[in-house]
Amino acid sequence: MKSVLIACFVMLGIAAKAQSGYQVGDVASDFNLKNVDGKNVSLASYKDAKGYIVVFTCNTCPVSQIYQDRVEALNKMYAAKGYPVIAINTNDPVASPGDSYVKMQERAKEKNFSYAYLEDPNHVYTKKYGALKTPHVFLLEKTAKGNEVAYIGSIDNDQEDVNSSKTTFVQNAVNSLLKGERPAVTSTKAFGCTIKWKKEATSK
Amino acid sequence: MKYLLTLILASTFFVAKSQVKLLTLNELETRVAKGADTTYVINFWATWCGPCVAELPSFEKVNKDSAGKPLKVILVSLDFKSKLNTAVIPFVAKNKLKSEVYVINEPDQQAFIDRVDKKWSGAIPATLFVNTNKKIRSFQEREFTYQELLETIENLK
Repeated sequence: MKSVLIACFVMLGIAAKAQSGYQVGDVASDFNLKNVDGKNVSLASYKDAKGYIVVFTCNTCPVSQIYQDRVEALNKMYAAKGYPVIAINTNDPVASPGDSYVKMQERAKEKNFSYAYLEDPNHVYTKKYGALKTPHVFLLEKTAKGNEVAYIGSIDNDQEDVNSSKTTFVQNAVNSLLKGERPAVTSTKAFGCTIKWKKEATSK
Repeated sequence: MKYLLTLILASTFFVAKSQVKLLTLNELETRVAKGADTTYVINFWATWCGPCVAELPSFEKVNKDSAGKPLKVILVSLDFKSKLNTAVIPFVAKNKLKSEVYVINEPDQQAFIDRVDKKWSGAIPATLFVNTNKKIRSFQEREFTYQELLETIENLK
C-alpha cells in the first residue's frame, strides 16, 4: 500500500513538473508543426539560425493582436541576423473557433506574415514549453547543449506602444545574444489572454 | 417612441460614461488608504477575458449587498486605455454594472503587475482585498463564485 502511495506521489510529481514548462537555461525540445502554408516547420528547418524567437500567440486575443506588428518587426529585424520568429498558435479551435487553422491562414495572408505561424494540436508544445498566456515569448539560443532558453516573458512593457521610453525586452535580449553576452533581463511576466484549452471531455 | 428609445440609450451611455474613468495605481492606493475601515474588493478584469466577465455578476452582487456596510467593490479593467470609449463604456452600459469601474492608467505592465503583488503572474481574473485600518492586504489570482467571495471577505485577516 505504502509503495503504491509513493508511486502515486512520484507520478504526481512528474505530472506537475511536466506542466511547469521550461525555465531559463533549460534545453528546449524541437517540434514539427504545420505552418499556414501547409508545410511542416521545425527548429532544425532553419539551418543557419543562431537561435529562435518562439512566440506563443493566437488570432483572437486582443493583446496578441496589438503585438502582431511588433512580432512582424522582430522577424524583419532579426531573421537575417540568425534569430527568426516562429509563432505557435496555442488555442484549441473548438474552444476558440477564431483560432482555427483556416483562420490562422487568413490572418497570415491578410497581415502578410513573413514568419512561420504554426498550429499546435492538443497543446503539446504549448504545455511542454510552459506558455501560459498569449503572447508569451521563449527566446532560444543554439548552444553546444542544444536550443537553450535564454529569455521567457513579454515582448516589451508597453502593450499599447505609446510610451517612447518603453523597455523592449525581447530586442534587448536578442541584441545581447548577438554580441555574445547574456541578456541582462532573462525573464519577465507575460501579460495577455489565457490559453483556450481543449475541453477535458473531448481530449480523451 | 423612437426618440424615447434613443433618449434612454443615450442616457444609459452617459451614466456609464460618467462612471468609468482612467485610474493610476497611485490614485487607487490613495483612495483605498482614505477608506480607513472600509474593506475594498478590487477585481482586475478585462472585457476580453471570458472567466472575468463570467464572475462579474458575483462581484456586482457583493457590491449590492454592501449598502450601508464598510465594504466596497472596485472593478479595475486592464483593457487598453484606447478602448475606454469603444469597449469598456459600452460593456458597462450593456451589462448595467453598478460597481465603480475604472480602466488602469499605467504605462509599464511589468511595474504595475509587480506593484499590485510580486506573486501575480499577470493572469486575470485576480482580486485584491484591502482594509487599511486592519492592515489587511490579500491578493488572490483566481476566479470566485459569489459564495467564495463572501467566505473570503468573512475570513480576511
